[in-house]
Amino acid sequence: MLTFTIRRLLMAIPTLLFISLVIFLLVDFAPGSPMSQIPLTVPPEVRLKIIEAMGANDPLFVRYLLWLKQFFWVEPLVLFDTLFGTSHAHGMQRIVSWQSRSPVMDIIWQRLPQTLSVVGSAYVIGVLIALPIGIYSAYRQYSWFDQLGTFIAMIGFSVPTFFTGVVLILVFSVNLGWFPSIYDTSLRVTDWESFLKQVKQMAMPVAVLALYNAAQISRYMRSSMLDNLAQDYVRTARAKGMAERVVVLKHVLRNSLIPVVTVIALGIPTIFGGAIITEQVFKVNGLGALLINAIHGSDLPMVQTLTFIFAVLIVMFNLIADVLYGMLDPRIRYD
Amino acid sequence: MADGATPVLDVRGLKTVFRTRGGEVHAVNSVSFHLNPGELLGVVGESGSGKSVTMMSLIGLLPSPPADVRAGTVMLGGRDLLKMSADDLRDVRGAKVGFVFQDPMTSLNPVFTVGNQIMEPLIRHMGLNKKQAQIRAAELLALVGIPDAAARLKSYPHQFSGGMRQRVMIAIALACDPDVLIADEPTTALDVTIQAQILELVKDLRQKLGMAIVWITHDLGVIAGIADRVMVMYGGQVVEQAPVRELFANPQHPYTRALLKTIPSLTGEREARLQVIEGQPPILSGAPTACPFRARCAYAFARCEVENPERRAIDGRAVGQGHDVACHWTAEVAHA
Ligand SMILES: Nc1ncnc2c1ncn2[C@@H]1O[C@H](COP(=O)(O)OP(=O)(O)O)[C@@H](O)[C@H]1O
Ligand SMILES: [Mg+2]
Repeated sequence: MLTFTIRRLLMAIPTLLFISLVIFLLVDFAPGSPMSQIPLTVPPEVRLKIIEAMGANDPLFVRYLLWLKQFFWVEPLVLFDTLFGTSHAHGMQRIVSWQSRSPVMDIIWQRLPQTLSVVGSAYVIGVLIALPIGIYSAYRQYSWFDQLGTFIAMIGFSVPTFFTGVVLILVFSVNLGWFPSIYDTSLRVTDWESFLKQVKQMAMPVAVLALYNAAQISRYMRSSMLDNLAQDYVRTARAKGMAERVVVLKHVLRNSLIPVVTVIALGIPTIFGGAIITEQVFKVNGLGALLINAIHGSDLPMVQTLTFIFAVLIVMFNLIADVLYGMLDPRIRYD
Repeated sequence: MADGATPVLDVRGLKTVFRTRGGEVHAVNSVSFHLNPGELLGVVGESGSGKSVTMMSLIGLLPSPPADVRAGTVMLGGRDLLKMSADDLRDVRGAKVGFVFQDPMTSLNPVFTVGNQIMEPLIRHMGLNKKQAQIRAAELLALVGIPDAAARLKSYPHQFSGGMRQRVMIAIALACDPDVLIADEPTTALDVTIQAQILELVKDLRQKLGMAIVWITHDLGVIAGIADRVMVMYGGQVVEQAPVRELFANPQHPYTRALLKTIPSLTGEREARLQVIEGQPPILSGAPTACPFRARCAYAFARCEVENPERRAIDGRAVGQGHDVACHWTAEVAHA
């Protein structure tokens, strides 16, 4: 398993380099130019100067190599410096946003907590709701509980999150006034009152995303349980006189979780990317909103860096899913 | 093993119906049989004749719905299993009655060690702690002929061959020293040589442990070498029952005769075997009102169409004790 993991990690390097190149090229060829962000009142020679200072005039491959160096060398050094108070990266040029002129990674670190608290907790809550629902639905297939679960799950993943989001805002903010419709990023949790406020403003976006996640994962859980409930080893467990609880929650569940855990692990990167729309609807100032604004502003370094980070996460969680699979299923031998 | 001894298992008038979307399927129709202490009862019949459903009905192993065990009594150790609560029945399963199924490749749970799966019933029924259960599990593995047993406890099922897995299944079934072992085609999925080894093992274990065994098979050749008594099933009914020698020497029912003609040679092709009798066992949508074998029977006559034959003793002893058969033709024509 260890050699497998190491081999896969090494194989990920060329993959990621290739992805980074593709992202760089695609983003660069996209229409829109950083110049469009400079007001027309600025004289042409000054404009040129600005562009040069941004490095936007350099040939593509120079910018690509510089970005590679900054992403894989400078930024890790900066991170190391902040963590351990050293100053190895002193004087090195970091990846800088064309829009805000501040380092891209600093902005990302600022936005990360919003995304993690809203989208991340929605994912966790979604999983925690989905597993028991999936298990029970399968065990009592075609019962009213199962039918209701199927119906809600169908709504959950067929109605888009921007629609459920807007409906929730209309009902609970506009009409009932229970929750705020705009997420206040500047809110700091210092006491009970501000904590309640934070919970209140998280409630609706979390509910929308949790419903969506729970809908999908509960379906996976249900069908995996159904597959396994029909297996011969279940009859063996019953023939041994094991209690239903043991048959279902030990024998069947342990087998059913193998594919579901993989699906859950593969879904984690979408926490960062997939919530773009919900962040827009609820005005959550997270990574999704950051990416959208950067695209609008032709902020190439920001778009390239964010997209590449998503790519790294996807590759990483693919590897994690494979390793988990190997750990959960004794029949899998990677070495 | 006198016939007069109190049987360990006594089944009377068992009826099992499946409620499916296409209507009812009467899979077991008034089956009665008994099992004496230490006896090996062979149950034969083509696939679909109701052997598995009968045995699983006894012990509450059929999922309900769709299965519905409608009538009958199943006496084991002075208690009627069909009247027991689900909880009480669980105390019987795996403890008083052990089960071995047909396909050893799928009957064990792939994600737990073999040791864990043998220890489960020991902890559940015998009240052993983990350590004691482990020691006993190793003994059981050694008992079923698995070398290096203590170390193999940590292996997973996929690390064993088919024959070895069936030995593990036997170890699980025998773990709590049951009175009755029900083996449902335990060698059907194995090659001929492995089949012979498993048969030897069961004969040997029977000598050592003395439990009574129900051995289901569609292979009369297997029965000849191992059973004391044979029960032939067709269409969810017992059509003939006799001590093994008597059955082979003096088969009565046309179905039994046809089966006996189809015993393969030692090298025999397994697939072609039963196709010798034209047709297939019926799927009954109601309680049978005629002989279930009539459509395939060369001797069928008018009465077979209107009346389901009852089991009748042909040697003057009680039904179930000596040789009995359910056939109008043997009653009216052959012995006229
Ligand atoms: N789950 C089920 N639903 C409907 N019919 C069933 C079901 N299981 C078994 N049967 C029917 O019961 C009959 C006997 O099956 P079975 O006992 O498995 O035969 P055998 O073990 O003798 O090969 C068959 O006709 C089959 O169609
Ligand atoms: Mg069967």
